[in-house]
Amino acid sequence: MAAPKKGRRPTGAQGRPGRALAIILIAMVALTAGMFLTKQTTPRLGIDLAGGTSITLKAKSEPGKPDAINETNMNTAVGIIERRVNGLGVSEAEVQTQGRDHIIVNIPKGTNEKQAREQVGTTAQLYFRPVLAFADGAPAAPEATPSPSASSSGAPKAEGSGKPGTPATPSSSATSQGRVLSEALKAPAATASPSPSASESKKADDKAPAPTPAPSGVEAAAADLQAKFAALDCTNEAQRAAAGKGAKPEDATVACGKRGDTWGKWILGPAGVAGTDVKDAKGVIDPQRGQWIVTMQFTDKGADKFAKITGELATKQMPQNQFAIVLDGEVVSDPSVSQALTGGNAEISGGFTQQSAQDLGNMLSYGALPLSFSEDSVTTVTAALGGEQLKAGLIAGAIGLILVVIYLLVYYRGLAFIAIISLLVSAILTYTIMALLGKGIGFALNLPAVCGAIVAIGITADSFIVYFERIRDEIREGRTLRPAVERAWPRARRTILVSDFVSFLAAAVLFIVTVGKVQGFAFTLGLTTLLDVVVVFLFTKPIMTLLARTKFFSSGHPWSGLDPKRLGAKPPLRRSRRTGSGTGSGSVTAPVDVKEA
Amino acid sequence: MSKLGDLGAKLYRGEVGYDFVGKRFVWYGVSILITITAIVALAVQGLNMGIEFKGGAVFTTPKTAVSVTQATDDAERASGHQAIVQKLGNGTLRIQISSLDPAQANAVKTKLAADLKVPEADINADLVGPSWGDQIANKAWTGLGIFMVLVVIYLAIAFEWRMAVAALIALIHDLTITVGVYALVGFEVTPGTVIGLLTILGYSLYDTVVVFDGLKEGSKDITKQTRYTFSEIANRSINGTLVRSINTTVVALLPVGALLFIGGGLLDAGMLNDISLSLFVGLAAGAYSSIFIATPLVVDLKEREPAMKALKKRVLAKRAAAVAKGESPEDEGFEAADGPQVVAQGRAGRRR
Repeated sequence: MAAPKKGRRPTGAQGRPGRALAIILIAMVALTAGMFLTKQTTPRLGIDLAGGTSITLKAKSEPGKPDAINETNMNTAVGIIERRVNGLGVSEAEVQTQGRDHIIVNIPKGTNEKQAREQVGTTAQLYFRPVLAFADGAPAAPEATPSPSASSSGAPKAEGSGKPGTPATPSSSATSQGRVLSEALKAPAATASPSPSASESKKADDKAPAPTPAPSGVEAAAADLQAKFAALDCTNEAQRAAAGKGAKPEDATVACGKRGDTWGKWILGPAGVAGTDVKDAKGVIDPQRGQWIVTMQFTDKGADKFAKITGELATKQMPQNQFAIVLDGEVVSDPSVSQALTGGNAEISGGFTQQSAQDLGNMLSYGALPLSFSEDSVTTVTAALGGEQLKAGLIAGAIGLILVVIYLLVYYRGLAFIAIISLLVSAILTYTIMALLGKGIGFALNLPAVCGAIVAIGITADSFIVYFERIRDEIREGRTLRPAVERAWPRARRTILVSDFVSFLAAAVLFIVTVGKVQGFAFTLGLTTLLDVVVVFLFTKPIMTLLARTKFFSSGHPWSGLDPKRLGAKPPLRRSRRTGSGTGSGSVTAPVDVKEA
Repeated sequence: MSKLGDLGAKLYRGEVGYDFVGKRFVWYGVSILITITAIVALAVQGLNMGIEFKGGAVFTTPKTAVSVTQATDDAERASGHQAIVQKLGNGTLRIQISSLDPAQANAVKTKLAADLKVPEADINADLVGPSWGDQIANKAWTGLGIFMVLVVIYLAIAFEWRMAVAALIALIHDLTITVGVYALVGFEVTPGTVIGLLTILGYSLYDTVVVFDGLKEGSKDITKQTRYTFSEIANRSINGTLVRSINTTVVALLPVGALLFIGGGLLDAGMLNDISLSLFVGLAAGAYSSIFIATPLVVDLKEREPAMKALKKRVLAKRAAAVAKGESPEDEGFEAADGPQVVAQGRAGRRR
């Protein structure tokens, strides 16, 4: 796109102005039709212009962590929530702290409120834990040891993209499940003080038969966990919620999770990899299975840990060759491992919808909240800018536009109509695209963006002005209109492309790097810049070519804005002499002049 | 039109023209003066950052029938700062006011209670954090840095490094002036202001690039002629694109000016002020700097080149010879001579 070579050959638009006009007309009709079909006839306005919903979150103080609610953690939380609700960066949500432990999230009208509430509140603590035991969700008979319940054939598989790891060494152990469990628990229980995860499932404890006091801490922990596991009823929502919550990553825990349509429960070992080890995550559709999955890319450290945990698991047997992916205490997926996965990539599958996969991808990418929050209140808020402000802005903008039109008419006369119609085309395209994007990607227009769009008028109009001035220069050279229009185009085109490229570069860099309102701005700038190029190429130039064939313009009518006399054109006679005595290149002149003749 | 139209024709033919390059030191001086004023204002007054950047106080009133606009006026009068007022679903007002210390906050609370006719005890005051936190600001700076590097590289490739340097200086010049005006006027800096500044960033470069494009075209094959020096050609190309520059600037400034003077001034829509002021100042500075600063800077850098020095020598020698022969010397090289006087018209293509 940058600095194209001077066009010697005729461009497509030049030869077939009708075709270019047809393309842009179809685009306009399609966009307008799309707008009315989807009933998105106005762009979504930002919270400053339209108001929206205000969610107040309160940080929950957690036992044992009295200092957790501090400025640093609150600000981190604000940053993470900000990125979550602004997933695509153009929805203009506002997030700020209030007081010591509140966070206000303002989302503009028309945002999916339910989804936003889920997004802001979710802690997104993610851990990969080895599975020690699994059972169906209902409470088992008290004496039952965790049975190696054959995990269903539909169980997800962990897939590492990248190099195959070391082949799994066949496990030689023939020990019973119970012993493996005890052994597995030994390490963490020995280091972890008194009773791990004692507080979180009191409820389950109450129901459980009184545990027999065990001689050693290790045994006790294992027994305790087993008892809890046995008693856990994952079909009960309250128990489910309590099960895995608050488990420290270095401790073993019980957890619930959905497997297909039924609930399952797990005993899980200490976390091998944490969500903070994930560098990037995305919700994508798996083309082979046609289901939504979340792909993850680990940091270098995370990749090492992941390779280690999968390497260990691969040597074990069902269900202990599985690891569970635990999000906020709930198992979302429990893939089995057959080899160490060393590529640094992993994916999570299991019952995701498009929405949930993309949400989880966002949350993993943006990190877990350092605090957990409860929703204090959800209420509507009105626009901060009263209707009068917006009205004043629109009136002023309209007056400004009228002045522009008058100025163009006075200076360019007939040509001004081309400029004005081009601006109109540009306005229609911008408006319809913005309206459609409101639905599509949650694009919301705030007052600064409206002002930015008004400045964009200047940049768009500049393209026409550059072109018109070139045409006039050619006429001053003594050319008649039709060759002048064609000769002026390659030069004007280069100027337009080079300068628009700079604008677009600014937009692209800012869009990729920044967040929040700046990103929203970058989007508007990029869109208007692209549309400028589209309109000049597909509309202004072709219409100029067509109009150059009309008598009004080609005869240089005084009101056409192209009157050679007014422009001070050189007499044609001199021009021919000069062309003859040119420095012998004339390569630009000849083909173009001939072309339109 | 005709007058300006004639001017266009005359400028095009080089019959009239302003000696931008020759008088560049005057304009450098003017710019340095303005820039220093801006920097001093910035250092002395500082910027009045809005609540979005540094947080402030938030008052929640009981249910009231007072309108948002009315409450905004009251709050701004009570505090002397810009206020953000929102009405919540239950009819209460959330009023955010920037930069208040606790004593001030109490005074404002009392005033608000009187203005809004609600019991003071029912107004709940709290502190509110910035909605435009450090993270957003830091990322914006990073983005700006990356963009500057890329655009310099791009301009160095598409044009040449001298132009890239000149464009960058002009850009910094524009941004400094705009920020300085905020310090002088004391308007509160809001996200709108920042968006305005970023718009200028794009526009300033855009405008410079258009002028440079003319310069690049005009100075092509410059060493193959002996009629004009580089600075003369540069001056000519500025004059050649002058009409475009004026028209573009007018067209860009008219709507923004309307927002600023009619919307913000006459119609008293205060919120428009802080957005349109940065746009207005920045657009004007951008148009000015691409003509008066950027191109002359390129000339200064370019004329240090040995090839350009040699050219100047040749041109001057030729002129001296012409004078010696008794021919009338060309007036500064701007007077159009008969015959194909090629390059100097700021347009290439005719000869290559």
